[in-house]
Amino acid sequence: MNRTTILFVVLALLYAGTGFLFSWNLALSILLMGLLSSIMALGVNIQWGYAGLFNTGIMGFTALGGLAVVLVSAQPVVAGWNAGGPGILTGLLLGAASIALAVFVWNRMAAGRARMLTTMAILVLGFVVFRAVIDPSVMAVESNDPATFGNLGGLGLPSLLAWPVGGLLAAAAAWAIGKTALGLRSDYLAIATLGIAEIIVAVMRNEDWLARGVKNVDELPRPWPVPYEVFLQKDPGFLDWVTRWGFDPVTASTIIVKLCYVVLFTLVLLAIIWLSERALHSPWGRMMRAIRDNEVAANAMGKNVTKRHLQIFILGSAVVGIAGAMMTSMEGQLVPGTYNPLRFTFLIWVMVIVGGSGNNWGSVLGGLLIGWLWLIVESLGPGMMGLLTSGLADGWFKAHLVEAAPHMRLLTLGVILLLVLRFSPRGLLPGK
Amino acid sequence: MDFLNALIAFLNFVFVPGLAYGAQLALGALGVTLIYGILRFSNFAHGDTMAFGTMVTIYATWGFQAMGITFGVLPTALLGLPFGIAATALLVLATDWLIYKFYRKKKAVPTILVMVSLGVMFVMNGIVRLFIGVDEQNFADGGRFLISAGDFKAMTGLAEGLAIRSTQAITVVVAVVVVAWLFWFLQKTRTGKSMRAFSDNEDLALLSGINPDRVVQVTWIIAAALATIAGVLYGLDKSFKAFTYFQLLLPIFAAAIVGGLGNPLGAIAGGFVIAFSEVTVTYAWKKVLTYVVPESMAPDNLIQLMSTDYKLAVSFAILILVLLFMPTGLFKGKSV
Repeated sequence: MNRTTILFVVLALLYAGTGFLFSWNLALSILLMGLLSSIMALGVNIQWGYAGLFNTGIMGFTALGGLAVVLVSAQPVVAGWNAGGPGILTGLLLGAASIALAVFVWNRMAAGRARMLTTMAILVLGFVVFRAVIDPSVMAVESNDPATFGNLGGLGLPSLLAWPVGGLLAAAAAWAIGKTALGLRSDYLAIATLGIAEIIVAVMRNEDWLARGVKNVDELPRPWPVPYEVFLQKDPGFLDWVTRWGFDPVTASTIIVKLCYVVLFTLVLLAIIWLSERALHSPWGRMMRAIRDNEVAANAMGKNVTKRHLQIFILGSAVVGIAGAMMTSMEGQLVPGTYNPLRFTFLIWVMVIVGGSGNNWGSVLGGLLIGWLWLIVESLGPGMMGLLTSGLADGWFKAHLVEAAPHMRLLTLGVILLLVLRFSPRGLLPGK
Repeated sequence: MDFLNALIAFLNFVFVPGLAYGAQLALGALGVTLIYGILRFSNFAHGDTMAFGTMVTIYATWGFQAMGITFGVLPTALLGLPFGIAATALLVLATDWLIYKFYRKKKAVPTILVMVSLGVMFVMNGIVRLFIGVDEQNFADGGRFLISAGDFKAMTGLAEGLAIRSTQAITVVVAVVVVAWLFWFLQKTRTGKSMRAFSDNEDLALLSGINPDRVVQVTWIIAAALATIAGVLYGLDKSFKAFTYFQLLLPIFAAAIVGGLGNPLGAIAGGFVIAFSEVTVTYAWKKVLTYVVPESMAPDNLIQLMSTDYKLAVSFAILILVLLFMPTGLFKGKSV
């Protein structure tokens, strides 16, 4: 057996062990988050493994994917839309237009003080007009029954449609970011993308008209073939089937729902892997690796490095956006407060590094392995800490350590990352 | 008279808080910039190094308080500070010996070192959370105000009060002393000069017989001291919470990068640019303006460019604006 097969068998054993020792419900929940993380890791791998782009803005694209679910599949809030929908759209268009005008002027005018002043004037004026148009509309929308709505709502379309839209939204943002930030060198690019992700999440947390901010949008519909537990539990056919096998109907229904998600997510994952493998082994993939390995040489061969970087930045971010949309539609609600860089940027990076950068299966392995570890510590940690501290006398110190057990996950993860970087710097499944 | 009131309102709500926050950011950014200049990577673990140093200082402070030792009107934490610095210096030296040294010998690319520092960040963050937990800790004691708003009003007869908290005053004084010492050290001492030489041109510095191990060690010790001081000042001024310190990494990096990585002067300038832009953009100017303009023109809304929730977003917007026009920051930082 080769290395890939062995590692995936070990992974399967880990998940199966979780199912046997704890519950299949837990194992499936972890698997679902693992699959989503794998897709995000694939997106990062496209950028880092293929092109060497150091993007630390994963969180922002995940959040944009989540936003797409609200915009596409939440029910429209008609009263809110009537109160200020067109005003907000006009304001946004005016804002975008003033930025476009400023960029146009900047590119057209000769360098000098006049150019600087004109551009600044356009931007400042644009900001004032933008606020003047958008502020009253925002107030009107947000004052519409703020306890339940206060937002514009979405289009009420099926949740599955939101996934590609999430990808598109992330791709559009990536285009704008790439156009401005991709010229920066490694560390400067990393911090700039980190910052842009924070800006995106700050907007989502504060602009209530968009997605209710920290008040969250819930009751988002499920994607197409996934049933609701309550309906399953009332379905005579299902109840009949469950009793014949001797399962508990409540547990069985949650497991069926999770299995549906697993199938759905696995299909998306496989589609993305298939596409990335095809791309990697095409002339385009060879060109990308040539650019990654030696930018100067590739440039000399007539390859447009800047354009290719932008292209791959958009593609990778779109993949992350799709995963972000899938996550929000699985959870059924958008909670902007949960987007933090630890979970959605740095953890994904750990997955890519541990799995093996430049290798698609490596990203999947990393996603499932680190995802498992990240979530299992919650269940395993207190027990293990109890075992470790069983020799200690009862007291505040022991209580403190047992209580702190969930924080072990950061420590464990850091140690694993350091060990992998030290002894297998190209990851568990190194790319070719 | 009204002009004076406007000035005092400006000082009270914009200038003093901005100055204190800027000093804290500048100290943090100096540490990041030193590591970047000499070890040539962006140290993502800096925020958690700050948290570790502050944690040790807090434990030392609690120890002193338990023994009944206080520092009079000054916060006891200043007595605990040396212990925090010593422990943090030991920790980062151990980290360097255990982890970073290997990559330095191998001449690994900077991005790998950034990943490694990410691992160190996770470990340090875990250690801090294990030892002190995730709850908020207040450890400020001593006098609360240098001048309170009430006293100021009684003293000057103005309508607007000026309040300067003692933690703000201590922050600025300590920051000035530390920065002055650091610049003296870098300009005048032999070790400081060799550090600068090493930062400018590693190969040339090695040729002229500078001991690289010593330069690296001194850099780590100074970075640990700066991180601990910045962390303790921030914790005294606001409060200590493990997660906040991880988040502080972002504005600190923004400051270091706006100034130009590897440039100490840039780090200080960047700290104040970030702090003041955050405060001025998110402050509601109504109060100040009402004093200055005639009554008929007094603004009826808050005159706030952005809501206060956008603080972090503002610092990054500034960062991106600066980088668009000066790709290596205001003071022409390095890029590796």
